[in-house]
Amino acid sequence: MKMQELKKKSVEYRKKILKYIVGAKAGHTGGSLSCTDILNVLYNHTLKVSPQTFTSPDRDRYIQSKGHCVEALFVVLADKGFFPEEHLETLCQYKSHYIGHPTRKVKGVEQNTGALGHGLPIAVGNAIAAKLDKRNYKVYTLMGDGELPEGSNWEAALTAAHYKLDNLCAIVDKNTLQITASTAEVCNTDPLDEKWKAFGWAVKEVDGHDVEALKAAFDSLPFEPGKPSVIIAHTVKGKGVSFMENNLKWHHGVPSKEEYALALSELDSSMEKVLI
Amino acid sequence: MAHIEATDPNGYKPNQEIFSEILQELAAKDRDIIAVTSDSRGSGKLVPFGKKFPEQIVEVGIAEQNLVGVAAGLAAAGKKVFAVSPACFLTARALEQIKNDVAYSDNPVTVVGISAGVSYGALGSTHHSLHDFAALRCINNITVVVPADNFETAQATALAAKTNSPVYLRFGKRVMNNLKDVNDDTFAFGKGRVITEGNDAAIIACGETVYPALQAAKLLAEQGINATVVSMHTIKPLDTDLLANLAANCKAIVTVEEHSVYGGLGEACAAYLMQHGLHKPFRIVGIPDEYTVTGSQQDIFNHYHLTKEGIAEVVKGLL
Repeated sequence: MKMQELKKKSVEYRKKILKYIVGAKAGHTGGSLSCTDILNVLYNHTLKVSPQTFTSPDRDRYIQSKGHCVEALFVVLADKGFFPEEHLETLCQYKSHYIGHPTRKVKGVEQNTGALGHGLPIAVGNAIAAKLDKRNYKVYTLMGDGELPEGSNWEAALTAAHYKLDNLCAIVDKNTLQITASTAEVCNTDPLDEKWKAFGWAVKEVDGHDVEALKAAFDSLPFEPGKPSVIIAHTVKGKGVSFMENNLKWHHGVPSKEEYALALSELDSSMEKVLI
Repeated sequence: MAHIEATDPNGYKPNQEIFSEILQELAAKDRDIIAVTSDSRGSGKLVPFGKKFPEQIVEVGIAEQNLVGVAAGLAAAGKKVFAVSPACFLTARALEQIKNDVAYSDNPVTVVGISAGVSYGALGSTHHSLHDFAALRCINNITVVVPADNFETAQATALAAKTNSPVYLRFGKRVMNNLKDVNDDTFAFGKGRVITEGNDAAIIACGETVYPALQAAKLLAEQGINATVVSMHTIKPLDTDLLANLAANCKAIVTVEEHSVYGGLGEACAAYLMQHGLHKPFRIVGIPDEYTVTGSQQDIFNHYHLTKEGIAEVVKGLL
């Protein structure tokens, strides 16, 4: 996909994320907007998976550890044709499969997530299976920086390095905020690159909203042969809507009618910039 | 005729050793069989497995949450996974991974709790698993199986490998007698196994308490009381047909388990009986809700009357 189209997708996704959060009157707005560009590049450039190949043993796997940002995932999966987008009109409604966290009842979702610190261990299991079966697929997992204090992540990080899982890529959506306060105030995980390096991982840091940089990072996997790779993606919580950016209120804030209109107009003007 | 008086365990093995032998047989035929261990291959009797099938064992170190998460990921990629760790850690520390990554995500992992109950009796409550039935019974989509003897263990292990949904297998360290001279091939999850029959009382036990239950039946028989003894190896789903049948044909029901009296086999049976109007004199024999006494497994069984004499006394008290 051409760069301009990718950038256009990001804006479209953000608009849709807000649309369905407003419709459901619930959602993790800030975190969905911070990982939008990452999911965009993964599904439109990097991942070898499609609705047709979703049951293939050779497909790439994507596991969203930060499951609460499911709105971003659902919007992207719908765009890729895993299910009709109108299904998202049932988001969080009684008996809808489109609930507030990923579940395998939705086509395209690999694992049920939502409790934090679960994605990486499962991804490690997937990646070990690929090595055992001598298959070439890659495994990706998206983690929030707020979930990194979960100890299971670091257990899995050790295992990934131990088994030299260079078919595994973790992406940390480092938007620096969590529900209570900044991650630095709640439980500081910096210097994050050094922690991953100390655990035996190869690290790259990118601007998590620069689709070109993300593309380049994914294209250069594995960063070192014989090591698992982690991309520390520096992002802004609420990215793309000025009044949501870096504002704790929008962790799971739902825009009012007026706020939604304002957000859309901001996103429309950013679309104009993309199209120039 | 049941092996009621067999006290010499020669020829029999701990269930976890049988588990390992069957797993080796399965692994030799199917390279998708994978054991995942958390520095637990010694206690799980999996050292020979690891030597024979180095490509089919994944060691994660002492990290039970990761053990279960990794097992789920392997299963999701088509492997037939046995995640093996002491039951005390596996079903407490990694309970969230069992609940979410295995049961909720429907990854067909067999979670194997070894050295269960009070197998590590002298090591204290950190190493006892007297909560696992209760914890796992209320998690949807996992079959909870506690084989009593070597036969049931072999059957359960082979069946778990064929089952395309989550299973919990629980074993202890004790050398186990086979309960019957002749075993038929009707073993199935969710179907209790009648070891001996009698119409005065029913003793429903599981795991390593089935043998003392059978000895209790012998003691009672000497006093003219005939008891049915059931190995209720599957705690969930419970064999409610058998339970209803026992309630219809016996004057009293006693359950026995190496588990807290709360939330285990006994309460599962009681709930079914009460809700179906099957009111019979009923007692639960298990470990009471207190700081558990320490000592060998047998010391602890003796202390809480999980013995032939203790079980027989409880039965007589109901008749």
